[in-house]
Amino acid sequence: MTAHSGFPFLTSLMVLPVAAILVLLILRRDSAVRSVTLAVGVLEVLLSIPLYSFAPSLPGFQFVELKPWVPQWGMNYYLGLDGLSLFMVLLSTLLLPLCVLCSWTYIKARVKEFHICLLVMTAACVGVFSALDLVLFYVFWEAMLVPMFLLIAVWGGPERRYASLKFFLYTLAGSTLLLVAIIAFRAMGGSFAIPELLGRDFPVAFQRWTFLAMALAFAIKVPMFPFHTWLPAAHVQAPSAGSVILAAVLLKMGTYGFMRFCLGLTPEASHFFAPLMIALSVASILYGGLTALGQTDLKRMVAYSSVGHMGFVTLGIFMFNMQGLSGALLQMLNHGITTGALFMMLGAAYERSHSREMADHLGMGKYLPAFMGMWGLFALSSLAFPGTNSFVGELLVLTGAFSANLWAAFLSVPGAMLAAAYMLRATRSMAWGSPTTAKGWADLNVREWTALTPLAVLVLYIGFAPGLALKAVEPSLERLLVGVNKHAGTATLTTGPVAVSSSATLSGKPGTVTAKTGSQVNETPTTRLAEVAR
Amino acid sequence: MIPRLLAPEIGMAALALVFFLQGLGFESLKRLGGLSVWLAAAVTVLAAASLDARGSLFWDCYAVDSLSQFFKLAIAFGFAVVTAIGPRPVDVEEGKRPDYFMLLAISSLGLMLLASAKELTTMYLALELASLSLYAVAPLRAESRPAAEAAVKYILYGAMVTALSLYGLSLIMASQHTTYLPQLAAKPWSVAQSPLAVLGLALYLCGFLFKLALFPFHFWCPDVYQGVGNETAAFVSTLPKLGAVAVLVRLVGELGMNSQTGSALAVLAALSMTAGNLSALAQKDLKRLLGFSSVSHAGYAVMGLVAAGPEGLASAAFYGVCYLLMNLAAFFVVCRIGADGSNPTLASLDGLYKRSPGLAFVLLAAAFSLVGLPPTAGFVGKFFLLGSLWGKGHDWLVVVAVLNTAIAIYYYLNMVRHAYTVEPGEATPLALKSLRGILGGGLAVALLLVGLLPGFLFGLAQAAAGFAIR
Repeated sequence: MTAHSGFPFLTSLMVLPVAAILVLLILRRDSAVRSVTLAVGVLEVLLSIPLYSFAPSLPGFQFVELKPWVPQWGMNYYLGLDGLSLFMVLLSTLLLPLCVLCSWTYIKARVKEFHICLLVMTAACVGVFSALDLVLFYVFWEAMLVPMFLLIAVWGGPERRYASLKFFLYTLAGSTLLLVAIIAFRAMGGSFAIPELLGRDFPVAFQRWTFLAMALAFAIKVPMFPFHTWLPAAHVQAPSAGSVILAAVLLKMGTYGFMRFCLGLTPEASHFFAPLMIALSVASILYGGLTALGQTDLKRMVAYSSVGHMGFVTLGIFMFNMQGLSGALLQMLNHGITTGALFMMLGAAYERSHSREMADHLGMGKYLPAFMGMWGLFALSSLAFPGTNSFVGELLVLTGAFSANLWAAFLSVPGAMLAAAYMLRATRSMAWGSPTTAKGWADLNVREWTALTPLAVLVLYIGFAPGLALKAVEPSLERLLVGVNKHAGTATLTTGPVAVSSSATLSGKPGTVTAKTGSQVNETPTTRLAEVAR
Repeated sequence: MIPRLLAPEIGMAALALVFFLQGLGFESLKRLGGLSVWLAAAVTVLAAASLDARGSLFWDCYAVDSLSQFFKLAIAFGFAVVTAIGPRPVDVEEGKRPDYFMLLAISSLGLMLLASAKELTTMYLALELASLSLYAVAPLRAESRPAAEAAVKYILYGAMVTALSLYGLSLIMASQHTTYLPQLAAKPWSVAQSPLAVLGLALYLCGFLFKLALFPFHFWCPDVYQGVGNETAAFVSTLPKLGAVAVLVRLVGELGMNSQTGSALAVLAALSMTAGNLSALAQKDLKRLLGFSSVSHAGYAVMGLVAAGPEGLASAAFYGVCYLLMNLAAFFVVCRIGADGSNPTLASLDGLYKRSPGLAFVLLAAAFSLVGLPPTAGFVGKFFLLGSLWGKGHDWLVVVAVLNTAIAIYYYLNMVRHAYTVEPGEATPLALKSLRGILGGGLAVALLLVGLLPGFLFGLAQAAAGFAIR
């Protein structure tokens, strides 16, 4: 099917953590558990290196694995990657060793079980983003809930019981209707295979209700305002590693769902409900920003900032143009890197201060210059400072919004300013406030440097050279865009100021979704940006 | 030929005889006490070995086919697990234990006969055999007033629905002039053509819906679970339901499902799920909670019958076995926590993780399977049921079912929450003996295995349902 269909890379990325659990079960010493999990994490990163051979120009999915699972129901063990999922899988594998490192001294009780949860999470994350069978996707989607629930409920803060229960109830209740939609897709499309269903034209009425059923699950996961109330509680109570995975990967499952399923399977309904989704996105941006501004609890502030940042992602998705979509996808990656790093840093700060309050972290700059330097970098990235990764993503989203929906763009811009306000306020207090308890705290140690450096490098690398990432995702996004816009009465795609004519051939066979894109595609602002960046 | 066809039944009857002789006080058999678990396991092996037996016996009243053998294996397995969970139930006095196991074995035998019955009177007799022995077992909890009360409720409700069933049978006989399923299948079953027969069938079904604890025949269920001993509840909550599913699959397979009956059952299923789940939300007593949960699960199982057709019936049969596994796992935990004979409450689960990590894991697997969370047996079971019903004119029931899952999350998750996040009131560790640990671990692993690789079991269920469909 593709050049990469030989070795089961994706399966091995899932099997390795699961096999490691068996090893962990027989280990007795906590240090051995940590070391083995770290080794598995490093191996996981090494194992995902071959995924960089992903060829953006090839149509369809790559690294495809297809085995019958429950033949009676036409369910298959069907995995594959395209531009939409590639970076999410890479991010998931990268986070495992970093999470082990940032929990090294933080987690002291039930160490073995904690690391088992991390390993299960990693396997499930890879599964969610690579599943090409709807049922398989749902299985991984739900399977992530249990380890996450346990991470919050067992190793969380004082309010962990409430937070874990709320997290579980919200997310599971939201995704029950997703299951109905999946069953309906099989009844209507005759298959659970996503590549096969992507080629189907479903009736409009069917699209509309399935869109709503799926969108509820995804909106809760993102989370979009007003379905976000589980997030701050979960983030604040979760241990650092839990917050990191939650911010970096779990929320992305929602936006990935919007892109893959809502836009891919229900294009007409996506257009129909776009005003609603845009309104909720703008509300999320403004609400997230304003609420973050009012927080004195640093973790809660970053949690609310996530609501705002993810609002930019959903805004970009429902702009139905290349800038919006590529900006959204890049922002998914960026938010994972930046917010993940911020949560790691807050975890490190908590280990020193045993507090999450901004007032207890005043004047850290004087005693912990390395820590503050690193924090400054990630804070600048979070507020989308030029030269950092988020700048490129947010700029693309806003460019897309300005060309497609002026009002939405106009209303979202203050969101970016709010991010600057709350992030700079926190950074100013931490760096230059009058030192209270910070005196005597140790600066970043080797372990923390090791955990944060890869993310810092990524912040700058994507910030200065976004071209590589964009190049890998553009062809997939173009194909998605062709599909989503072909029913919207647009024979030619308008991707901002420059018109791109595209024609797509979508066949019903798995893995044969192909798209031919006009030569003018190189003239889109996105790719021009990518070219410049290269 | 006949011994091969009846191997599971003969095995179970022999086991009942052994217990009977033990009860009579034969010294040589008293030493068999600890061996009862292995004997029950041997019956399971016998049932597995005769999985491919086919034939018709007793003037076509009794069918040995893939449907009957599938359920007989499940019943034998369930009986063996219940025996292994509590080989020496503390609620039952030492001297009465052989009688207790004898009655359970006779009930299992009745359920096996039920799975094979192809004629209405035979079905009725098998149901009575299965029920009467349970009525006798229910009050065995030593000197317990709630047990006596539960037994009285069980008997009274049971007697009432038995009367209804018998009355229904008489109406069917009067209007259709036969009680053989193949012949009944050829008769008209619409309200317009044979109203008496339809009414008769509806009344006849009450007996089985009672065993299934479907709304509104469920009122006995939580009271009986709460009143009887923990090990007895493990049996009552699982095996009779399996027998009921077997009969209903056969009845729907042979007679088909007309739209009126389908709609009526769909409404009952929706009410059963909702009433069961809403009532379970307020429960503190674990067995009572599981009782209401089983009312909601009865609603799920009925979805497969409403869907009818090969997919629907196979899904119902498959779900029956999933339910058996997950409820046995849940009752395994209940029996261990209430090993002193007490009724465990949610608070008894506090800090279970610290007291016994293994038991907490079994509870985790059972609870998440009962919710229907992947990758457990409960998820695939529910998924197949929902998938088979979609597009059969009752899509609303699918939506009601998933919304009910959302309600159910709360109380199942609450069990896990108590076990994993609350500090234990008493820190005494709950030691699991190695063999018992293997049993609990085996049930948890089975739930995960069926969830991950359901193909084989569903294949068996499909063959079973395929045989039922004419």
